Amino acid sequence: MQRSTMDLWVGLFVILGIGALLILSLKVGNLSTYSRGDSYQLVGNFENIGGLKVRAPVKSSGVVVGRVTDIQFSLESYDAVVTLNVDNRYIFPKDTFASILTAGLLGEQYIGLDAGGDDAMLESGDKIMQTNSAVVLEEMIGRFLFDKAADDDDL
Amino acid sequence: MFKRLTSSIQSIGHGFIEYTWQFGFACRFFILILLKSAVSLRRFGLVMRELYFVGVMSLIIILVSGLFVGMVLGLQGYETLQKFGSETAVGTLVALSLVRELGPVVAALLFASRAGSAITAEIGLMKATEQLAAMGMMAVDPIARIVAPRFWAGVISMPFLAAMFSVMGVFGGYLVTVVYIGVDAGSFWSQMQSNVDFHYDIVNGFIKSCFFGVAVATIAVFQGYDAAPTAEGVSRATTRTVVTSALVILGLDFILTAFMFRGVS
Amino acid sequence: MSSDALIEINNLNFSYGARPILKGINMSMHRGKVIAIMGGSGSGKTTLLRLISGAVKPSAGYVKFDNQVIHELKRDELFKLRRKMGMQFQFGALFTDLSVFDNVAFQIREHTDLPEPMIRDLVLMKLHAVGLRGAHELMPGELSGGMARRVALARSIALDPALIMYDEPFTGLDPISLSVIGSLIRRLTNALGMTSIIVTHDVQESLKIVDYVYFVADGVIAAEGTPQEVRESVKPFVHQFVHGKEDGPVHFHYPANAYQTDLNLEGKLV
Repeated sequence: MQRSTMDLWVGLFVILGIGALLILSLKVGNLSTYSRGDSYQLVGNFENIGGLKVRAPVKSSGVVVGRVTDIQFSLESYDAVVTLNVDNRYIFPKDTFASILTAGLLGEQYIGLDAGGDDAMLESGDKIMQTNSAVVLEEMIGRFLFDKAADDDDL
Repeated sequence: MFKRLTSSIQSIGHGFIEYTWQFGFACRFFILILLKSAVSLRRFGLVMRELYFVGVMSLIIILVSGLFVGMVLGLQGYETLQKFGSETAVGTLVALSLVRELGPVVAALLFASRAGSAITAEIGLMKATEQLAAMGMMAVDPIARIVAPRFWAGVISMPFLAAMFSVMGVFGGYLVTVVYIGVDAGSFWSQMQSNVDFHYDIVNGFIKSCFFGVAVATIAVFQGYDAAPTAEGVSRATTRTVVTSALVILGLDFILTAFMFRGVS
Repeated sequence: MSSDALIEINNLNFSYGARPILKGINMSMHRGKVIAIMGGSGSGKTTLLRLISGAVKPSAGYVKFDNQVIHELKRDELFKLRRKMGMQFQFGALFTDLSVFDNVAFQIREHTDLPEPMIRDLVLMKLHAVGLRGAHELMPGELSGGMARRVALARSIALDPALIMYDEPFTGLDPISLSVIGSLIRRLTNALGMTSIIVTHDVQESLKIVDYVYFVADGVIAAEGTPQEVRESVKPFVHQFVHGKEDGPVHFHYPANAYQTDLNLEGKLV
């Protein structure tokens, strides 16, 4: 085996390997959609987060604007404190509404932000005041049955 | 009866002691390699040569296996997911299984049986034919000159091979589900991209394959260097490389997975 | 013992665990000589070579090489000293992944910073000395047994050592290759002014080329002398060894109980 052909093959091998890593990062993974700039943190208290998980997307009008980075249980208010990292490119008014939504019937849960009309904007570390808890299917069914029973009684 | 019981307990004890010895020797050998790596890093041509035999020669088996594993994942995943009407998630399924687990693990298993066994056999044969002793007599340290370059070639090529395996797998999954079955290409890719995270999935998979590379390379060179210098000893050492590597890869995979993905999902 | 001897061995003892292999060996070897160490299989000849090369340490006594006590050297010093030694293994031990040329060049490349054209000249000179200059592009797998050993010989003289040790250089060779190797050893020793130690049990071939013979048996030197003295020796051991007699001081039978006892015949037949 000639030295130069061996070098050629090894060079090809390394290029292929690095190429594979790049494809994994950019095409398969989400590095391409990762924000280049920094992000800022917002906090929101939710009565019930349902099946929300760390790393769940934060969307506004269906566009991913950030991710959930931390979920804690607060002993002061006895509810869930969710920390969101929102991309610096997107700023929201103070009276933005955060709700936990489900993608499809059985899909993953995410946080949806509905922008309000306030002139002042949310800054890093601010708290989102208006939140809407996750819809828990069992509760919904329970309420439906209860309403139905009440309707039946009226007749 | 009693005697048979004691003798079987004895054999367990013997095996345990034997393995502990081996493990200790392997660790010491690993440190010895690291200490004597200066030569092979300074004369990188030595590592280049081994990269050819270890990395390039494993390309075919890694690429072809990756393609097939991805195709099977695509088929099976589609079968199951379409029952729930979420066949567009098949891209996510294929990519996550490959990047997190199958890429690093299966590539490492294949690498151990293709390149690891070859390294063991080569070093074992050099020992059996007194080439290592001859080298020592020429005042050249065989660990620095023979073992270390092969070790580094194994460590370097493993992550590359695992990445190629995963890419081929994703491509195989794409072929089967999008081209053959007809899942929408756009949702295949977008679902995949929104669910495969760079840090959690790809970087962790990469770290896994680095660990596996170190483990397989250490086992392969150690078994070769430790082989009994006979034809039988070399063939036994080759078998031990494959078996030990497989066990270590799977065990290590469990430990790493427990550390990396704990509490995330 | 004169101090101009290249190797001085004084009261050398060595044992594997409790089993003594060598029991008080004394030898002295001078420059420009070919010395044979003979003895039956398992008599400790190869161990002696390992002691001289510093691969193992003696339990008592010492080996002096160039007036340095081998087993007292540090690892670096030993490695430095080994550059003055060459060792020829039984089947050549050529590096199978390197060509003939690279095998011979191996030591020069590892230990010197000579420019490549000079290495090429040196290697071709060494290969010429063993008559294989034309084979420098071949791989070890393409060589016959005798050729492989000649290449190994060229490899061991690459850095012009002061000493070459040959471990069974004649084993498994056809008569022609055998005498080629024998005369090469003699010629190179004379030309380079080095010392050669041959460990062998090929009596006839080695007696033709050596200057002095040591017989090792049971860990001691059973006899020594020039080839002439050895051939004419009437010592039973030497006589048996040189002429290849089946029985003599070295018995055909491994030590055992009386034959009749082992077969449970005692008292039955008598």
